[in-house]
Amino acid sequence: MDVSTQHAPKIKINNLSFYYGSYRALKPMAFEILENCVTAFIGPSGCGKSTLLRTFNRMYELYPNQRATGEIMLDGENILDPRQDLNMLRAKVGMVFQKPTPFPMSVFDNVAFGIKLYESLSRRELEERVEWALRKAALWEEVKDKLNQSGTSLSGGQQQRLCIARAIAVKPEVLLLDEPASALDPISTARIEELIHELKEDYTIAIVTHNMQQAARVSDYTAYMYLGELIEFGRTDEVFVKPKRKETEDYITGRFG
Amino acid sequence: MSSVVTAIERVKSPPTSRIISTTLMAARLGRQYFVDLVFLNTTRLFAFLVLALLLGILISLFISSLPSMRAFGFGFLTSTAWDPVQERFGALVPIFGTLVTSFIALLIGIPVSFGIALFLTELSPIWLKRPIGIAIELLAGIPSIIYGMWGLFVFAPIFADYVQPWLIKYLGSLAIIGPLFSGVPQGIGMLTAGIILAIMVIPFIASVMRDVFELVPPMLKESAYGLGATTWEVVWNVVLPYTRVGVVGGILLGLGRALGETMAVTFVIGNAHQVYTSLLAPGNSIASTLANEFTEAVGDLYTSALIELGLLLFLITVIVLALAKLLLLQLAKKEGAQT
Amino acid sequence: MIPIYRRRQLINAFNLFVSMLAVAFGLFWLAWILWTLFSNGLQAIDLTIFIQSTPPPGSNGGLANAIVGSLLMTFIAVLIGTPVGILAGTYLAEYGGGGWLAPATRFINDILLSAPSIVIGLFVYAVYVANVKHFSGWAGACALSLIVIPVVLKTTENMLRLIPNSLREAAAALGAPRWKIITMVTLRASRAGIITGILLAVARISGETAPLLFTALNNQFSSSNLNHPIANLPVVIFQFAMSPYSDWQRLAWGGALLITIAVLIFNIVGRTLFGQKTPLQ
Repeated sequence: MDVSTQHAPKIKINNLSFYYGSYRALKPMAFEILENCVTAFIGPSGCGKSTLLRTFNRMYELYPNQRATGEIMLDGENILDPRQDLNMLRAKVGMVFQKPTPFPMSVFDNVAFGIKLYESLSRRELEERVEWALRKAALWEEVKDKLNQSGTSLSGGQQQRLCIARAIAVKPEVLLLDEPASALDPISTARIEELIHELKEDYTIAIVTHNMQQAARVSDYTAYMYLGELIEFGRTDEVFVKPKRKETEDYITGRFG
Repeated sequence: MSSVVTAIERVKSPPTSRIISTTLMAARLGRQYFVDLVFLNTTRLFAFLVLALLLGILISLFISSLPSMRAFGFGFLTSTAWDPVQERFGALVPIFGTLVTSFIALLIGIPVSFGIALFLTELSPIWLKRPIGIAIELLAGIPSIIYGMWGLFVFAPIFADYVQPWLIKYLGSLAIIGPLFSGVPQGIGMLTAGIILAIMVIPFIASVMRDVFELVPPMLKESAYGLGATTWEVVWNVVLPYTRVGVVGGILLGLGRALGETMAVTFVIGNAHQVYTSLLAPGNSIASTLANEFTEAVGDLYTSALIELGLLLFLITVIVLALAKLLLLQLAKKEGAQT
Repeated sequence: MIPIYRRRQLINAFNLFVSMLAVAFGLFWLAWILWTLFSNGLQAIDLTIFIQSTPPPGSNGGLANAIVGSLLMTFIAVLIGTPVGILAGTYLAEYGGGGWLAPATRFINDILLSAPSIVIGLFVYAVYVANVKHFSGWAGACALSLIVIPVVLKTTENMLRLIPNSLREAAAALGAPRWKIITMVTLRASRAGIITGILLAVARISGETAPLLFTALNNQFSSSNLNHPIANLPVVIFQFAMSPYSDWQRLAWGGALLITIAVLIFNIVGRTLFGQKTPLQ
């Protein structure tokens, strides 16, 4: 992945730790996620990559015993500040989950759901935005005649692209993808990877994946994590070809995990 | 043509950095937080309402029973008096009837339920499980008034003509239990009420037993089978001890139902305000007394005494059901800890 | 070794045989009761039962006013009880974690679920009827609604708990406020199960007699005035069945069959809608 053009840092992480109760799941870490780049988080099961991703939109706030300490600066503002409005944060930072999660409503309403939370658009504007999002997610051609059918009637790959369309319809700045293709077949996976490549022109993307080859294909920067610690962070081509740490090399060459 | 161009432009155009002005958005979100608060407190209020309902029932029944409590005190519980004219009332006959009929119901119902649960979990071919399960639910769903009518018009006469004479002849002459089966075969009575109650509680006890039996980890049963144990031995020595807490919970659930059952008992218990030794004699339960007499009760003391009966029934049932629930919760927790 | 083994085999076979007898025992009563109900009830069912009102003893008539009364009270009971049950169940499933109210309500609700319905009738009597000094259809509907609430609450909570958290998170990730997540996503996704709960509640109250005995009482005439005692199927059946008049008894069987069919239909529809074991167990 050629990242020769300079990108500004979109998210700066400082001294971030995460706790489930008194158990520290993420050891203090610091790194930067650059704008309009794809940053991949890899590591064996349980290393904390999903936990880390979920701090970026404070999804953990839904559950009582979970908390994060440190700083996550998004465009210069610390999103871990208790005064930060969570819903506004989530309008800026979108998320797509491991398993497709279509809402129990029509395809159109699924995509329109997020838009209607924040904007009062006319019917025509709404339809245009929905079409735009579905086109961006490479789903429009397949569902343009089925907009009123239930979101759950689509295939797995289509549902996941629906979730992506839903996430980008609100025009966030950052997209968090938590193993977006792990529940999909190889062909759908390939389409999602193509999508990520197109989307990064407009969005900053952080992706968690347990598939190293996917990380190598798709990302500009890669972070290798192990047991809650950030072991190595760097440009993807460097991490995969000349890793700086032995642990990273062991994981990449398949010696464990 | 131009619409195609604008469409393509729209698709390719990068998103603007702010959707709508931040102040507008903040105002909208502020409203949302208010709605969030209203919603949370509304649902919380209704949850509280349910709690309040139980308390309300206890309190209102208590208040309405006060006249009777003041008049009779604790003697109410031990007196067999029941004289509306002289306004002397005692709860012993209804309490006795409630307890005896429920006891008979459990005596018959527990072994039968156990047998059904055993069959469903260990013996039944797969295709039979669903139909029998449905049959059990049907049995549970039949309204109790139908049990009552069937009991009075169909069961009782046959019981009186064929079974009761046999019981009197053979069991009535035995040493200790003899007096229990003496008297005239009337068809209706405590025994009949107990039998019909048994049929009514079997579905409840059986389904709880079946559910807890199915919770036993297959590996546990397989270890026993692997040692060469027979099916019966596995059930009796492994399944039952493992699920014993849940089984007791299910039995208490059945008991709770039996205690409060009204219509079926009212039809066949015979409405007699006396304690007889024979099970074949008529009697009364708290529920049947209420059903038969409440609407005709004249006088505040009469009504109050009846309500006090209702309060007693409610208290007994609440305690039994609370115990049942606690036991079943305990089993669920044990299961949760193990999985 | 061998004699012991033979004995064990015999005990095993005996007990398994007895368990089969137990099943046959249960099925026997079920079949007998249903047979009695259908054979006695069917002969009473004809068009007049739906058209004419309850007659005085010795003349012909039907159960029309009782049917209407029951339908009215059931409808109102569902109208009152369903929102309470759904909202309370929502609280238990969505907001419940970490407080005392949710576990306590859940516990109490399960007790109310199995509590004697005659006590519910007494309660409504003591609180409502005794104060307004007359029986009424409203009181009957109230009593029935108190039976609807625990059923709907329990099914709503169970259905909501089945919804995976990832769906809630997906809505939260878009920035939806809590109440929108619950109403537009979670409750919507459990629609079918909640409706099943309502149907089961209706099935349950269709067969309840005791709570109506001292609230709605009965009315010989055709009236849809809920402010007075109103005719209803269960109490009519009770009265007619216990009476010595054969035509009244005939009507009682007809009414009993009607009630049972209603209960069966609601149960079957509820189960096919959801397709699994009833959520109450």
